[in-house]
Amino acid sequence: MVNMIIDGKDVSAKKDTMLLEAIRGAGIAVPTLCAHESISRSGACRLCVVEIKKGNRTRIVTSCLYGVEDGLIVNTQSPRVQNVRRLVMELLLARCPESDVLRKMAREMGVEPQARYAADQDKGKCILCRSCVRVCEEVVGVSAIGLFSRGSYKEVGTPYHEKSDVCIGCGACVYVCPTGHIEMLSTGDKRKIWGRTFKMQTCDKCGKHFAPVDQLKFISKKTGVPFKNLTTCTECR
Amino acid sequence: MTKPISVASKTKQIVKKHGNSKSAMIAVLQDIQEAFNYLPKEALKTAAKAMNVPMSRVYEAATFYTAFSLKPRGKHIVKICKGTACHVRGASILQDRFETTLGIKPGQTTTDGKFSLETVNCVGACALGPVVVIDTDYHGQLTVNKVDKIIKKINEEGA
Repeated sequence: MVNMIIDGKDVSAKKDTMLLEAIRGAGIAVPTLCAHESISRSGACRLCVVEIKKGNRTRIVTSCLYGVEDGLIVNTQSPRVQNVRRLVMELLLARCPESDVLRKMAREMGVEPQARYAADQDKGKCILCRSCVRVCEEVVGVSAIGLFSRGSYKEVGTPYHEKSDVCIGCGACVYVCPTGHIEMLSTGDKRKIWGRTFKMQTCDKCGKHFAPVDQLKFISKKTGVPFKNLTTCTECR
Repeated sequence: MTKPISVASKTKQIVKKHGNSKSAMIAVLQDIQEAFNYLPKEALKTAAKAMNVPMSRVYEAATFYTAFSLKPRGKHIVKICKGTACHVRGASILQDRFETTLGIKPGQTTTDGKFSLETVNCVGACALGPVVVIDTDYHGQLTVNKVDKIIKKINEEGA
């Protein structure tokens, strides 16, 4: 176990865990967008910043990527932390003014759109946190999407903006996206995502369209379970 | 003239040369670009498959580096350095001259497919400024008067 002081409270945490977990474990709220339990951390959204003190020096670090350390003094609400967090939020808000999630978060933090950061019109709700790319690679294992180009041209998508032949239409990217940028349209036996339309499998028992056929085929191939055993939805199984 | 070989087989050859390893991806992309002067879609797809890397990862690298081009480029690539040192020594005037002589803007290729014009941020030869790199030749302390001569020379050599 590792002992630290977080916001004046004595907190002990398990070794080799991240500061974010220790802080949240102590019942202190930290805003995050890109930290998700099913994917690796990247520190992309930079909202989880806290101030740490080691010896006489203090530093601002992303708590989602900073490992717990014995004797660390952590401040999650210092003026310096609040300043950094406010700035990050202002920039995120300027990039994605159309995101309800960000607007709500900003309201709760008391952050308002700033005139000096011109609101972006063409980037959608993407904050380029790479969560969708990670989930597609790490969890699903198909890597159908990526972040292409760089700088202000950087955007998420499929190579060449083409219909991906490896995408299985599972929608994990939609689920993990913190701001709701990725569009998935499910109507009847069709699901549209990343410009491709997937046929949905009908449940043998209840007749509900529950998953894309391509996804079930992928699962069947990966696990060796025959396809016909997968054509029942999770509720009827 | 050597017999033209298909994009796919040439790409496979290149990937094999680098041991089919995904850690050599950038080197593979550089060699593909050297072979075709740009990165053809077919080559990227073949390379991704051969290296066992997802296409999205290859396309990420190909779009990230400005040294890679996804559009077909001319036989000769003119890179005008627009770094600070070259800029203050008149890179913009050189650029104007290249634009009028070749009739293209940066990022474009002449209709005869001979020249592509590009601007780069710094070629690391500031003492030679203003520098223009044509293919692998560095033309240092270039003046507007020399531009036409250089283009003419390349045209004659190519013919």
